[in-house]
Amino acid sequence: MVTINGEQKDCAGMTVAELLQSMKLDPARTAVMIGGDIVPKADYGRALAEGDEADIIGFVGGG
Amino acid sequence: MVTEAEFAAAVDSRSDRPIYANMHAARIGIAGLGGLGSNIAAALVRSGVGQLVLADFDTVELSNINRQLYTLSHIGRRKADALPEILREINPFCAVTSHALRITAENCAEIFAGCDIMIEAFDDPVQKAMLVNTVMTQMPETPLICGSGMAGFGNANAITTRRITPKLTLCGDGVTDVADGVGLTASRVMICAGHMAARAVELILEENRSEST
Repeated sequence: MVTINGEQKDCAGMTVAELLQSMKLDPARTAVMIGGDIVPKADYGRALAEGDEADIIGFVGGG
Repeated sequence: MVTEAEFAAAVDSRSDRPIYANMHAARIGIAGLGGLGSNIAAALVRSGVGQLVLADFDTVELSNINRQLYTLSHIGRRKADALPEILREINPFCAVTSHALRITAENCAEIFAGCDIMIEAFDDPVQKAMLVNTVMTQMPETPLICGSGMAGFGNANAITTRRITPKLTLCGDGVTDVADGVGLTASRVMICAGHMAARAVELILEENRSEST
Protein backbone atom coordinates (compact mmCIF):
# COMPACT_ATOMS: atom_id res chain seq x y z
CA MET A 1 0.00 0.00 0.00
CA VAL A 2 1.02 3.59 -0.65
CA THR A 3 -0.22 6.58 1.32
CA ILE A 4 -1.49 9.31 -1.01
CA ASN A 5 -2.51 12.56 0.70
CA GLY A 6 -3.10 10.61 3.92
CA GLU A 7 -5.18 7.85 2.33
CA GLN A 8 -4.04 4.26 1.73
CA LYS A 9 -4.08 3.28 -1.93
CA ASP A 10 -3.12 0.08 -3.69
CA CYS A 11 -0.85 1.70 -6.26
CA ALA A 12 2.66 0.40 -5.51
CA GLY A 13 4.52 -0.10 -8.79
CA MET A 14 2.57 2.64 -10.56
CA THR A 15 4.71 5.56 -11.75
CA VAL A 16 4.08 9.09 -10.53
CA ALA A 17 2.95 10.02 -14.06
CA GLU A 18 0.45 7.14 -14.14
CA LEU A 19 -0.84 8.05 -10.69
CA LEU A 20 -1.41 11.68 -11.76
CA GLN A 21 -3.24 10.47 -14.86
CA SER A 22 -5.46 8.21 -12.74
CA MET A 23 -6.25 11.23 -10.52
CA LYS A 24 -7.00 13.32 -13.64
CA LEU A 25 -4.26 15.81 -12.69
CA ASP A 26 -2.23 17.78 -15.25
CA PRO A 27 1.50 17.24 -14.44
CA ALA A 28 2.17 20.89 -15.38
CA ARG A 29 -0.01 21.94 -12.42
CA THR A 30 1.23 19.59 -9.74
CA ALA A 31 3.79 19.32 -7.00
CA VAL A 32 4.58 15.78 -5.84
CA MET A 33 6.38 14.98 -2.61
CA ILE A 34 7.45 11.49 -1.54
CA GLY A 35 8.62 11.20 2.06
CA GLY A 36 8.57 14.98 2.27
CA ASP A 37 11.00 15.45 -0.64
CA ILE A 38 9.93 17.02 -3.91
CA VAL A 39 9.92 14.72 -6.93
CA PRO A 40 11.36 16.73 -9.85
CA LYS A 41 9.17 16.68 -12.98
CA ALA A 42 11.96 14.84 -14.83
CA ASP A 43 11.53 11.97 -12.35
CA TYR A 44 7.78 11.43 -12.85
CA GLY A 45 8.67 8.06 -14.39
CA ARG A 46 9.68 6.94 -10.88
CA ALA A 47 7.62 4.02 -9.55
CA LEU A 48 5.87 4.27 -6.20
CA ALA A 49 7.20 1.74 -3.72
CA GLU A 50 5.32 -0.18 -1.04
CA GLY A 51 5.13 2.02 2.08
CA ASP A 52 5.80 5.32 0.27
CA GLU A 53 4.06 8.35 1.70
CA ALA A 54 3.23 10.74 -1.12
CA ASP A 55 1.66 14.19 -1.02
CA ILE A 56 0.22 15.46 -4.27
CA ILE A 57 -0.94 19.02 -4.81
CA GLY A 58 -2.96 19.79 -7.93
CA PHE A 59 -2.94 23.58 -8.15
CA VAL A 60 -6.04 25.51 -9.15
CA GLY A 61 -6.12 29.04 -10.55
CA GLY A 62 -6.71 32.30 -8.71
CA GLY A 63 -4.62 34.74 -6.72
CA MET B 1 7.32 61.95 10.54
CA VAL B 2 7.14 58.76 12.58
CA THR B 3 10.51 57.43 13.72
CA GLU B 4 11.42 53.75 13.51
CA ALA B 5 11.57 53.56 17.32
CA GLU B 6 7.99 54.86 17.49
CA PHE B 7 6.85 52.44 14.79
CA ALA B 8 8.55 49.51 16.56
CA ALA B 9 7.04 50.47 19.90
CA ALA B 10 3.58 50.63 18.31
CA VAL B 11 3.98 47.15 16.76
CA ASP B 12 5.25 45.74 20.07
CA SER B 13 2.45 47.43 22.05
CA ARG B 14 -0.08 45.29 20.14
CA SER B 15 1.81 42.04 20.76
CA ASP B 16 2.05 39.76 23.77
CA ARG B 17 5.84 40.17 23.68
CA PRO B 18 8.31 42.33 21.74
CA ILE B 19 8.28 41.06 18.14
CA TYR B 20 9.54 44.01 16.09
CA ALA B 21 13.25 43.15 16.32
CA ASN B 22 12.63 39.61 15.06
CA MET B 23 10.19 40.75 12.38
CA HIS B 24 12.61 43.44 11.25
CA ALA B 25 15.41 40.87 10.85
CA ALA B 26 13.33 38.75 8.44
CA ARG B 27 13.73 38.76 4.65
CA ILE B 28 10.67 37.45 2.83
CA GLY B 29 10.30 36.73 -0.89
CA ILE B 30 6.92 37.14 -2.60
CA ALA B 31 6.48 35.81 -6.15
CA GLY B 32 3.42 37.44 -7.72
CA LEU B 33 1.94 40.79 -6.67
CA GLY B 34 -1.74 40.28 -7.45
CA GLY B 35 -4.58 39.62 -5.03
CA LEU B 36 -2.51 37.35 -2.82
CA GLY B 37 0.90 39.00 -3.06
CA SER B 38 -0.19 42.63 -2.63
CA ASN B 39 -2.34 41.85 0.42
CA ILE B 40 0.29 39.55 1.96
CA ALA B 41 2.94 42.26 1.55
CA ALA B 42 0.70 44.82 3.26
CA ALA B 43 0.07 42.48 6.20
CA LEU B 44 3.78 41.74 6.58
CA VAL B 45 4.96 45.37 6.55
CA ARG B 46 2.26 46.21 9.13
CA SER B 47 3.88 43.54 11.35
CA GLY B 48 7.30 45.14 10.87
CA VAL B 49 8.97 42.79 8.40
CA GLY B 50 12.37 44.33 7.61
CA GLN B 51 13.07 43.15 4.06
CA LEU B 52 10.80 42.17 1.20
CA VAL B 53 11.88 40.87 -2.19
CA LEU B 54 9.00 41.25 -4.67
CA ALA B 55 8.57 40.13 -8.28
CA ASP B 56 5.81 40.49 -10.88
CA PHE B 57 5.90 41.25 -14.62
CA ASP B 58 2.33 42.56 -14.78
CA THR B 59 0.73 46.01 -14.82
CA VAL B 60 -2.27 47.17 -12.78
CA GLU B 61 -5.60 46.90 -14.64
CA LEU B 62 -9.11 48.01 -13.71
CA SER B 63 -10.12 44.34 -13.35
CA ASN B 64 -7.54 43.96 -10.53
CA ILE B 65 -9.13 46.57 -8.28
CA ASN B 66 -11.84 44.18 -7.04
CA ARG B 67 -9.30 42.25 -4.95
CA GLN B 68 -5.80 43.69 -5.16
CA LEU B 69 -4.31 46.38 -2.91
CA TYR B 70 -3.90 48.90 -5.75
CA THR B 71 -6.12 51.96 -6.26
CA LEU B 72 -7.44 53.54 -9.46
CA SER B 73 -4.45 55.88 -9.59
CA HIS B 74 -2.15 52.88 -10.13
CA ILE B 75 -3.84 51.63 -13.33
CA GLY B 76 -1.26 51.19 -16.08
CA ARG B 77 1.67 51.14 -13.66
CA ARG B 78 3.82 48.08 -13.15
CA LYS B 79 2.80 46.26 -9.98
CA ALA B 80 6.48 45.98 -9.06
CA ASP B 81 6.64 49.79 -9.04
CA ALA B 82 3.23 50.59 -7.54
CA LEU B 83 3.29 48.15 -4.61
CA PRO B 84 6.53 49.44 -3.00
CA GLU B 85 5.01 52.95 -3.00
CA ILE B 86 1.93 51.72 -1.13
CA LEU B 87 4.07 49.72 1.29
CA ARG B 88 6.26 52.75 2.05
CA GLU B 89 3.12 54.67 3.06
CA ILE B 90 2.38 51.93 5.61
CA ASN B 91 5.92 51.20 6.87
CA PRO B 92 8.89 53.18 5.49
CA PHE B 93 11.29 51.07 7.58
CA CYS B 94 10.94 47.96 5.41
CA ALA B 95 13.64 47.67 2.72
CA VAL B 96 11.75 46.59 -0.41
CA THR B 97 13.56 45.19 -3.44
CA SER B 98 11.15 44.89 -6.35
CA HIS B 99 11.67 43.18 -9.72
CA ALA B 100 9.45 43.86 -12.76
CA LEU B 101 10.03 40.54 -14.47
CA ARG B 102 8.61 37.07 -14.94
CA ILE B 103 9.91 34.52 -12.44
CA THR B 104 11.15 31.33 -14.08
CA ALA B 105 12.88 28.15 -12.94
CA GLU B 106 16.09 29.75 -14.23
CA ASN B 107 16.01 33.10 -12.38
CA CYS B 108 14.08 32.25 -9.20
CA ALA B 109 16.93 31.20 -6.91
CA GLU B 110 19.01 34.24 -7.88
CA ILE B 111 16.18 36.78 -7.49
CA PHE B 112 15.15 35.43 -4.10
CA ALA B 113 18.65 34.60 -2.77
CA GLY B 114 18.95 35.09 0.97
CA CYS B 115 15.21 35.01 1.70
CA ASP B 116 14.29 33.34 5.00
CA ILE B 117 10.82 32.42 3.72
CA MET B 118 9.36 32.19 0.21
CA ILE B 119 5.74 32.94 -0.64
CA GLU B 120 4.07 31.73 -3.85
CA ALA B 121 1.39 34.24 -4.81
CA PHE B 122 0.77 33.66 -8.52
CA ASP B 123 -2.70 33.26 -10.02
CA ASP B 124 -1.82 30.84 -12.84
CA PRO B 125 -1.72 27.19 -11.65
CA VAL B 126 1.15 26.28 -14.01
CA GLN B 127 3.23 29.12 -12.54
CA LYS B 128 2.27 28.04 -9.02
CA ALA B 129 3.48 24.50 -9.70
CA MET B 130 6.64 25.82 -11.37
CA LEU B 131 7.52 27.95 -8.35
CA VAL B 132 6.86 25.21 -5.79
CA ASN B 133 8.92 22.70 -7.77
CA THR B 134 11.72 25.22 -8.30
CA VAL B 135 11.95 26.44 -4.70
CA MET B 136 11.76 22.93 -3.23
CA THR B 137 14.43 21.69 -5.65
CA GLN B 138 16.82 24.66 -5.74
CA MET B 139 16.18 26.25 -2.30
CA PRO B 140 15.32 23.12 -0.27
CA GLU B 141 16.11 24.67 3.13
CA THR B 142 13.80 27.67 2.60
CA PRO B 143 10.28 27.36 4.05
CA LEU B 144 7.68 27.88 1.32
CA ILE B 145 4.07 29.04 1.68
CA CYS B 146 1.77 28.60 -1.30
CA GLY B 147 -1.88 29.26 -2.08
CA SER B 148 -4.41 27.23 -4.04
CA GLY B 149 -8.18 27.61 -4.07
CA MET B 150 -9.72 30.96 -3.11
CA ALA B 151 -12.13 31.61 -5.99
CA GLY B 152 -15.89 31.93 -5.88
CA PHE B 153 -18.35 33.09 -3.24
CA GLY B 154 -18.45 29.92 -1.14
CA ASN B 155 -17.79 29.11 2.50
CA ALA B 156 -14.99 31.31 3.84
CA ASN B 157 -14.16 28.65 6.44
CA ALA B 158 -13.19 26.21 3.67
CA ILE B 159 -9.94 28.17 3.33
CA THR B 160 -7.37 26.63 5.66
CA THR B 161 -3.63 26.38 6.37
CA ARG B 162 -2.11 22.92 5.96
CA ARG B 163 1.49 21.86 6.61
CA ILE B 164 2.22 19.44 3.78
CA THR B 165 5.87 18.81 4.68
CA PRO B 166 8.13 20.44 7.31
CA LYS B 167 9.10 23.05 4.67
CA LEU B 168 5.85 23.42 2.70
CA THR B 169 2.63 25.09 3.84
CA LEU B 170 -0.45 25.14 1.60
CA CYS B 171 -3.24 27.66 2.17
CA GLY B 172 -6.62 27.78 0.42
CA ASP B 173 -9.64 25.55 -0.07
CA GLY B 174 -7.69 23.43 -2.59
CA VAL B 175 -10.52 23.17 -5.11
CA THR B 176 -12.20 26.40 -6.25
CA ASP B 177 -10.66 27.24 -9.64
CA VAL B 178 -11.05 30.64 -11.27
CA ALA B 179 -11.01 28.81 -14.62
CA ASP B 180 -14.45 27.40 -13.74
CA GLY B 181 -15.92 30.89 -14.03
CA VAL B 182 -16.80 31.10 -10.34
CA GLY B 183 -15.24 34.54 -9.93
CA LEU B 184 -12.53 35.89 -7.69
CA THR B 185 -13.29 38.52 -5.05
CA ALA B 186 -11.46 40.47 -2.38
CA SER B 187 -13.06 38.72 0.58
CA ARG B 188 -11.92 35.15 -0.15
CA VAL B 189 -8.60 36.21 -1.72
CA MET B 190 -7.81 38.33 1.35
CA ILE B 191 -8.72 35.44 3.67
CA CYS B 192 -6.22 33.24 1.84
CA ALA B 193 -3.65 36.06 1.85
CA GLY B 194 -4.26 36.42 5.60
CA HIS B 195 -3.64 32.72 6.15
CA MET B 196 -0.40 32.93 4.17
CA ALA B 197 0.86 36.07 5.94
CA ALA B 198 -0.08 34.60 9.33
CA ARG B 199 1.94 31.47 8.58
CA ALA B 200 4.93 33.63 7.59
CA VAL B 201 4.73 35.56 10.87
CA GLU B 202 4.37 32.30 12.79
CA LEU B 203 7.48 30.90 11.08
CA ILE B 204 9.51 34.05 11.79
CA LEU B 205 8.60 34.08 15.47
CA GLU B 206 8.98 30.27 15.86
CA GLU B 207 12.42 30.38 14.30
CA ASN B 208 13.61 33.11 16.60
CA ARG B 209 12.15 31.39 19.65
CA SER B 210 14.04 28.17 18.93
CA GLU B 211 17.27 30.10 18.31
CA SER B 212 17.01 31.85 21.68
CA THR B 213 16.47 28.64 23.69
